[in-house]
Amino acid sequence: MSGVRLLAHQFRYDQKVFRRNPASVFFTVMLPLIFLFIFATIFGNEDIEERGVKTTTYYVPAIISLAVISATTQSLAINLTEDRERGLLKRIRGTPLPAPAFIGGRVGNSLVVSILMVVLVAAIGWLVYDVSVPDRTVPAILLTLAVGAFSFSCLGFALAALIPSEDAAPAVSNAVVLPLYFISGVFIPDSEIPSGVLQVADLFPIRHFFEAFFTAWDPNTTGAGLELGHLAIVLAWGLAGLAVALRAFRWEPRR
Amino acid sequence: MISVRGLRKSYGALEAVRGIDLEVARGEVFAFLGPNGAGKTTTVEILEGYRPRNGGEVSVLGIDPASPTRAWRSRIGLVLQECRLTPELTVQEAVAQYAGYYRHPRAVDETIRLVGLEGKTDARTSKLSGGQQRRLDVALALIGDPDLLFLDEPTTGFDPSARRQTWEVIGSLRELDKTVFLTTHYMDEAQVLADRVAILRAGEIVAEGPPDSLGDRGERATEISFRLGSGAEASELPDRVRALARVDGGQVSLAAPDPVPVLRELTGWSLQRGVALEGLEVRRPSLEDVYLELTDGGEAGEGSG
Repeated sequence: MSGVRLLAHQFRYDQKVFRRNPASVFFTVMLPLIFLFIFATIFGNEDIEERGVKTTTYYVPAIISLAVISATTQSLAINLTEDRERGLLKRIRGTPLPAPAFIGGRVGNSLVVSILMVVLVAAIGWLVYDVSVPDRTVPAILLTLAVGAFSFSCLGFALAALIPSEDAAPAVSNAVVLPLYFISGVFIPDSEIPSGVLQVADLFPIRHFFEAFFTAWDPNTTGAGLELGHLAIVLAWGLAGLAVALRAFRWEPRR
Repeated sequence: MISVRGLRKSYGALEAVRGIDLEVARGEVFAFLGPNGAGKTTTVEILEGYRPRNGGEVSVLGIDPASPTRAWRSRIGLVLQECRLTPELTVQEAVAQYAGYYRHPRAVDETIRLVGLEGKTDARTSKLSGGQQRRLDVALALIGDPDLLFLDEPTTGFDPSARRQTWEVIGSLRELDKTVFLTTHYMDEAQVLADRVAILRAGEIVAEGPPDSLGDRGERATEISFRLGSGAEASELPDRVRALARVDGGQVSLAAPDPVPVLRELTGWSLQRGVALEGLEVRRPSLEDVYLELTDGGEAGEGSG
């Protein structure tokens, strides 16, 4: 079989496994939607003066950022660590399946779930909260999604490489992203966050990823809304993650 | 199929494998027997292409496993010591998934039948018993129709009936003309399955041969023991028997290098004199006796799995 067909074959099974895993479906698909409903309900239809938008207009791109990170970094870090410790990665390594086809299947699965989540959250934002997407920023959304899915997938592989055990995987991946969600303005509007804290958040990729999506949803945006500066920082983090993964990723159990 | 000369592997200062030579021929079932920590898994993982070595020459299917190729991988089937299966997939799906990795896989349903899981086709792998999971593991190893199979401790931790079922499946590989390299620390497993056995102790092979003649087992004296019936004294035994006998009260035991003439005289004497030989036992040294002797009671020296 050619590489592409092997990748497609692997992807099909990765999708099946994802859909049948209740934890994956809950944390990756349901939880972001629950967050959206909770935040929209608590903060209602107030305005965020600093940004000149409604709160819901702020939360749609924020939850989309969270959903993509959950579908990539977190689900890859947890599932790859689990599969490594189960001996599954080692066994797959012993078959003729080329490593790029295996990795492609997993990243492909994360990408498809990310696309699904962007569409789902955008649709709920539009239908329930009247938060519409300007047509002219659709290419910017697609670019942000592509750069983000790639970069945050690389970070997922890097995290899996650094997490020592199956039990530690969910804890470590949450310990990494949850504080960043808070300080990056994903959970709390950044108008409420001190500027010193935001400066710290700016060192990490999550805030830049959110900013790129926010610009695309911001009705005040004129033009295509491409945030190349923010995306460059996200990509730099992705490449750093890739470098760590290439050096430290292991197929064999650590125990 | 497999040829190894002077294989060495160290972990830091620890020498796990200290110069192993072995040959495995096509169609042979070869068992690598040894206590935990003797270096079995280290050796098999070097042959499987997972682990680099420190010295020696290794050829598996004509290729050095230090640099495995895809074509080589497709001719080898693996059952790893510990590998949980994807719990979200059914038996049929798990086998079909692996079938997709190979250019010329075996038929999925036929392979499931071969390992006796045809009644479990649509069951999730997480619902299978330990023995069934291992048989599914064997099916995954077979699906690429490999020439050579590695089975690393395939029945460790199983109950007796799961072990028997797994043995049956492994035994049936012989009919498929597969070459099998098996590691185990069970003597009976090696005895039942293997054409040839090598016993490993602290990284070195201490004995090698067919299980029936291992460690001069074929030439060792046969143990004969019995209790003399009433009215007979050990001193009345025929000369040839008396010369070998160790007497302890009424219990007589003797080690006979050539047991047939001894038994003939003994039983002839018993019938003629009307003396019963109570609890008569004739026993060859078992593979277990040989193994325990060669491995110092089964205790590993140093080394790591």
